[in-house]
Amino acid sequence: MLDNKIETMDRKDLEELQLKKLQATVTRLYNGVTFYKNHMDAMGLKPEHIKSLKDVANLPFTTKEDFRDTYPYGLCSVPKSEVVRIQSSSGTTGKPIVSCYTKNDLDLWANSVARGLSGIGVTNDDTVQVAFGYGLFTGGLGLHDGAQKLGCTVIPTSSGNTRKQLMLMMDLKTTTLVCTPSYALIIAETAKELGIDLTQSSLKYGMFGAEPWSTNMRTDIENKLGIKAYNIYGLTEMQGPGVAVECTAKAGMHIWEDYFYPEIINPETGEVLPEGSVGELVLTNIAREAQPVLRYRTHDITSITYEKCACGRTHARIAQINGRSDDMIKVKGVKVFPSQIESILLTVPGVEPQYQIVVDRRDGFVCDNIEVRVEVGEAAFTDRMAGLVEIKNKLNAALQSALGIKVDIKLVEPHTISRFEGKSKRIVNRSELGE
Amino acid sequence: MKIKQISVFAENKPGRLMEILKVIEAEKINLSAISVAETDEFGIVRMVMNNTDAGAAALKAAGFTVRVDDLICATAPDVEGGLLNSIIKPLAAEGINIDYFYTYLDKAPGLAQIVIKCDDVDKAEKILA
Ligand SMILES: [Zn+2]
Repeated sequence: MLDNKIETMDRKDLEELQLKKLQATVTRLYNGVTFYKNHMDAMGLKPEHIKSLKDVANLPFTTKEDFRDTYPYGLCSVPKSEVVRIQSSSGTTGKPIVSCYTKNDLDLWANSVARGLSGIGVTNDDTVQVAFGYGLFTGGLGLHDGAQKLGCTVIPTSSGNTRKQLMLMMDLKTTTLVCTPSYALIIAETAKELGIDLTQSSLKYGMFGAEPWSTNMRTDIENKLGIKAYNIYGLTEMQGPGVAVECTAKAGMHIWEDYFYPEIINPETGEVLPEGSVGELVLTNIAREAQPVLRYRTHDITSITYEKCACGRTHARIAQINGRSDDMIKVKGVKVFPSQIESILLTVPGVEPQYQIVVDRRDGFVCDNIEVRVEVGEAAFTDRMAGLVEIKNKLNAALQSALGIKVDIKLVEPHTISRFEGKSKRIVNRSELGE
Repeated sequence: MKIKQISVFAENKPGRLMEILKVIEAEKINLSAISVAETDEFGIVRMVMNNTDAGAAALKAAGFTVRVDDLICATAPDVEGGLLNSIIKPLAAEGINIDYFYTYLDKAPGLAQIVIKCDDVDKAEKILA
């Protein structure tokens, strides 16, 4: 363990530490950031009203829209001279999200990633290939700084140019791969095309994040790359990757509670839900200098447990992200998440996790009909028509029984579903496809 | 005798068969037989060619899903009951189940080559030898 004392701290002591950090953060934001002062004044709330951790529930939420409205520096609480880094998330609409960091913030960020890497067994003897995109996106530099902090040999390949990635991976004897899970599969596919058997390579660990993935996809990646694969979670608004990281127990991701205060809320009412309930994750920065954020609505659906982990850590764990409250689609009144569809598809033998959900008409997240396109790979293909029809029927039956609605399945040729070497787009409107 | 067949998965949309044939032509491979099985959405293009390994490799490299299977190739005389008496009856008598078959002309006049996919290729080969 990297920070043995902190990572295994008694929960009572940890909560005391959190309260102190929270109070200091709220006071600083009230005095230094107009956005928060205005919100708290409107609610009749003063920093001294925060007397226990439960009082967090009285603080205002911060949303993605608040970031856009205060763009670029409206949420920054320190003089510009103390800001040493800007990162930004690739917003699809309007202004991007901007995140500011002081020197200490970068150090805490690196530490949160280093704790995670250390937690899966990575040491300074390991060679870490960072195939997350570098630049404004937090994935590349976040993992880079974390691995470097741990003393690893870092190979900053960034994403893309998969053949060169593979060459370096084999020549430099990479032991640890970090990237998006869909890019890990692209690397596996390319290796197969080139006749490289990754299960016989030096690769031992994978840490993947920046997009939701299922347990089945994890098994697939582990088998194809011959590694143990772990999940890393984070978001630019709060810092970047490293907010929560899985340990070898594979029983949820540890949220570093000396840096973040997590809550689970009902996304419709905003009410805080008890331990174990499934709802939207809300996060508060309690150790950040440049841009601490109060109660950020992540839109990520998960649950939380405070039980001590088998690994010995006491920090709370969140379950694998179950979908996004804004990625959810409602088909004939039934809530459907892409991650759900993915796990169902993978229960049918021979089917690969390359799929896309085509939505026919979308009014907000409500649609009448969805079509799931699945690529036919070698494992699923047969020369007998009956064999293909059978796979299609199996997929139909599996989806219908799990979701309770009828879904159209379309078998498509490999490589026809657009893949990006970053995040894969799982839901598309039919109109976008030009059909 | 046994022969190799290449099957390719193709979506049922304009130009897919042309793409497949272009790949074969570019490799200077000669097709002996071709058959297409289709539904509204997708089809299976089955082919017998003079260089199976090169054909399969080229199609895979072009991004197609490809598989190679052993089939039986037998000859039937171009007379009444030719197919029935020389192939279908002998296989049925031994309980061999035919999945599908297709046909092409033999270079010798008066004969047709029949390509057969069945549940027991080895046994069928002996029966039709
Ligand atoms: Zn643990």
